[in-house]
Amino acid sequence: MSKTLTTAALVGAVAASFIGHADEAAAMEKEKCFGVSLAGANDCAAGPGTTCAGSSTVDYQGNAWTLVDAGTCAEIELPAMADGSARMGSLEALERDLPQS
Amino acid sequence: MTETAAVTAATRATVPQDAFRAALLDASHPIPSGLRDAQDRPAGRRYAVYRNNVAVSLREALATGFPAVAKLLGEENFNHVAGLYLRQNPPDSPVMMFYGASFPGFLETLPALSGLGYLGDVARLELAMREAYHAADAPALDPARLQGLEESALMAARFALAPATRIVTSPWPALSVWRYTLRPDQPKPAARAEDILVTRPEFDPEPHLLPDGGARFVLALQSGASFGTAIDAAGDGFDLPQMLGLLLKTGAITDLST
Repeated sequence: MSKTLTTAALVGAVAASFIGHADEAAAMEKEKCFGVSLAGANDCAAGPGTTCAGSSTVDYQGNAWTLVDAGTCAEIELPAMADGSARMGSLEALERDLPQS
Repeated sequence: MTETAAVTAATRATVPQDAFRAALLDASHPIPSGLRDAQDRPAGRRYAVYRNNVAVSLREALATGFPAVAKLLGEENFNHVAGLYLRQNPPDSPVMMFYGASFPGFLETLPALSGLGYLGDVARLELAMREAYHAADAPALDPARLQGLEESALMAARFALAPATRIVTSPWPALSVWRYTLRPDQPKPAARAEDILVTRPEFDPEPHLLPDGGARFVLALQSGASFGTAIDAAGDGFDLPQMLGLLLKTGAITDLST
């Protein structure tokens, strides 16, 4: 018998720690209750198309507008990344992206 | 439908579809003339309501699908960015659940957002979570099947992963930014690259930080490589027990063929 731990033995040992837990997991299996997600916490919902939205809000197709630091990105600052990527800065005005009309 | 009713309906359709569609996503376009309601009155205002609903519903679909991006940018900024996107990328399918697949790449093309290098990868993570949510169910492998294997048989074995399994690699702390943005009491993101595994043990997708080499390992398994080849692909310093534990814990491995 080799003194070196083979990968097969390693894998078997890892697997052993999960054997028996399957029953536990099955016992804990929960039923999905639709519509009871905490507001704002249902980030795993089915995504777009599940609501009938849009009948009461107005779309403003902007012609000239300025990006402002309004969201949480304003709170996140990272130093220059190891790969030399630029330091994260503020948002810039987006006028230049608008199609010419 | 009587013959008379059919003729009436046909004569009422006086606006060609391309004219109807051309003005739909561009408010500077005039409302197509000739639209009539059921009482044969001009229906221009109805068209304006419909046009508004098309843009707003697509914008809200994007906000629903990319909650972290929406929060990072703030409502006003997100609405403008989404408005640009939806006009250049109207849905190509009536099924909304995958709308916005090209949104991450689009975010990276906007010079105004170039200061937020992580934004595209955060959007990719959100898209991966949505894809995982809609992926087919698959029962997890019984861990006992990983025991007592011959070394050579294990190395040559192919592993099947759950259809919900997704990998997102990023030179940015995309997962930390996502957590900080959407979940309470998370630390501020540190400057580091993060590779992410998305799994869906039961109903809800969950992202996990991958150990070094983990993304290459999982992608190799997904592409059908043998276990041994996948370990080689992961490279030096790869923590196989940690990786395997994560895959087993989350039910990501569904089958094994030796």
